[in-house]
Amino acid sequence: MRTGRFIAAVMASMLLVPTAHAASDPASEKLLKSTSDHTKFKALQQEFNAGPEVTKACLGCHTEASKQLHKTQHWKWEYRTAEGQLLGKKNVINNFCTSIRTNEAACNVCHIGYGWKDDTFDFKSEVNVDCLVCHDTTGDYKKPAGLAGNVVTKEMEYPPGSGNIIKPIDLKKIAQAVGKTSRDNCGACHFYGGGGDGVKHGDMDSSLASPDKELDVHMDALGLNFGCATCHMTEGHQVPGSRYAPTAQDKGDAHVRGKEYTTNPTTCQACHGQAPHKKIAKLNDHTDKVACQSCHIPKFARGGIATKMSWDWSTGGKMGPDGKPLIKKDAKGHVTYTAAKGDFVLGENVVPDYQWFNGKVRYTLFSDKVEKSDQPVRINHFEGSAGDGKSLIWPVKIMRGKQAFDPVNKRLAVVHTAGNDDTGYWTNFNWEKAVAVGMASIGAPFSGQVDFVTTESTWPITHMVAPAKDSVPCHDCHASNGRLEKVPGIYIPGRTSDHAAWLDTAGWALALLTLLGSLGHGLARVIAYTRRK
Amino acid sequence: MARIYIFKRFERFWHWAQAALIVFLLLTGFEIHGTYALFGWEKAANLHTTAAWTLIGLWLFAIFWHFTTGEWKQYIPTGKNVVAVMNYYSVGIFTGAPHPFRATQLSKHNPLQRLAYLLVKLFINPLIWVSGLAYLYYNDLAATKIAGLAGLQLGSIALVHTAAAFMMLAFLIGHIYLSTTGHTPLAHIKAMITGWEEEYANEPPAAVKQ
Repeated sequence: MRTGRFIAAVMASMLLVPTAHAASDPASEKLLKSTSDHTKFKALQQEFNAGPEVTKACLGCHTEASKQLHKTQHWKWEYRTAEGQLLGKKNVINNFCTSIRTNEAACNVCHIGYGWKDDTFDFKSEVNVDCLVCHDTTGDYKKPAGLAGNVVTKEMEYPPGSGNIIKPIDLKKIAQAVGKTSRDNCGACHFYGGGGDGVKHGDMDSSLASPDKELDVHMDALGLNFGCATCHMTEGHQVPGSRYAPTAQDKGDAHVRGKEYTTNPTTCQACHGQAPHKKIAKLNDHTDKVACQSCHIPKFARGGIATKMSWDWSTGGKMGPDGKPLIKKDAKGHVTYTAAKGDFVLGENVVPDYQWFNGKVRYTLFSDKVEKSDQPVRINHFEGSAGDGKSLIWPVKIMRGKQAFDPVNKRLAVVHTAGNDDTGYWTNFNWEKAVAVGMASIGAPFSGQVDFVTTESTWPITHMVAPAKDSVPCHDCHASNGRLEKVPGIYIPGRTSDHAAWLDTAGWALALLTLLGSLGHGLARVIAYTRRK
Repeated sequence: MARIYIFKRFERFWHWAQAALIVFLLLTGFEIHGTYALFGWEKAANLHTTAAWTLIGLWLFAIFWHFTTGEWKQYIPTGKNVVAVMNYYSVGIFTGAPHPFRATQLSKHNPLQRLAYLLVKLFINPLIWVSGLAYLYYNDLAATKIAGLAGLQLGSIALVHTAAAFMMLAFLIGHIYLSTTGHTPLAHIKAMITGWEEEYANEPPAAVKQ
């Protein structure tokens, strides 16, 4: 009886705990985590007319912030690989919108700065660093396309004469509410890469803003609720885990406190270690060849948002019966054709391709020669092989494209697409003019002719990790024509193409001959026995 | 008709348990190989592993039993009567001639059986056992640092294991058929179940009497 009463009392007291919490002031609870209330800072109690004014106020206290950011890829958009290729958004070409060059005013709304509209942008300016785009907690902060990353503080019509009115944002309110970077901040750009929700990556789209457990076991909003930075553990504004220099194979142990680590903290192993499968130990035997992602991300674009799988620029420029640029949509309402961009194929719940990957990515850059006989041109490709000791089998999204190139100079074209001018392809539908401006911007020769080549680009699949129960079943790979059918250099039990055909033939022949011999012998015995009677 | 007790209780248990395990291992093994889908690959692989360990356990008991009882001597090959037994299976069996061999407790197997079972025990079984363990512990081979083991490719291991499986399959088929060649088609099988062999009426030729 006593015990019963005691338990009842304990349970009652446990029930009271959350009630006590709920009763406390939400504002003061927030303060428990941060020592600063930005609404109380004098520097932020003013009307801001432009983004850099806010940054100036931020720098008043956070004196070294911009200096830190100047060193990041988010600011530089430039990255030199160990092999010497100069990459980064500033330098690469892709097979989505192809290149930021001459299109900075539109594309660079995703630069963490204000005003990068052309080559004259000052990368040393501290006030041009945009603090708010990553630290806004209100969700009101907007950087409209076309304004080179600047924000709108007074109502304006854009493009001029379009009738499209952009509402101003309240920088004071936003600045006073700054906080830690959330999924929404990162997602504002990274979910929308390639010009729309989910377009580019396939494993990153707005469904990850508040995913359920099935979509992402770690980011599950009602469960573990990881933010981006839970894995991309950022220090001094340096965000680790860039796809320009991925860690294809991590042989390190799980990171623990009190130890210094120089390895990438974003890998699965950085938390899970080398032998994460406790129930079925055999699964640990796969980790020397197969990346975690290959089994644990069964499909990409799983959150209900389609990703672009191919993009054919060559069909652009068609006008509808009304004389206006043509737009086509599929049954689901996804745009599959626009005059400005050509034809798209979209995909949802896509089974990835699989490749050996050693962490090295090679790009075809503007300066590289492109031959039509080499189609599809590999915009980038993952290096690696079964035998190099550094590669694992990785899931990838292969993006297929058909894009402009100069058939005489044999170069991929830089196309001036966005812009309210006489040469932007999206408004004038004239390839020659658009490419002429684009090529001139990088100082490349242009023959005046525009042709199209098919291209392929490769994107690592590493987000949208499913719960263990939904991981790829054994028979998806341990089979003929399975997911790994085309992965060379490895023996996969169950994959017929790995068999020594002679052995199978000889083995079955042996078994069959033994059977036939036995049956023949038996039959002869029956006949002989019958005759003897 | 006289009966003699040939197969002891453990021996019969060992035989039938082994038979069931081998059939099951072949069934699951060829699914893992990719020949057909029956249990589903994962289940087939798990069952195959469990059955393999069971069989290894059984073999350890059987080896112990063979040595402690001296029964291992049953598999010492003999040249005596090999030709006579071969003649019986190729000619005599059709003419109704008596089997030239008479099983006794000291000599249960005819010379051909001795050879066949010895081949299974000394060649096919070890081949399956060793290649199977290498298959199972493939990832740990490199750590052994034993030359010739550390550098083994899974494909080669699988090749040997599969080849051994085919040999076992052929043995199984032949063995099942030959079990019907007693003085009645079921005589041998009955003996393997009850342990008792019936001595049939025909006396073997005096020359080959044991």
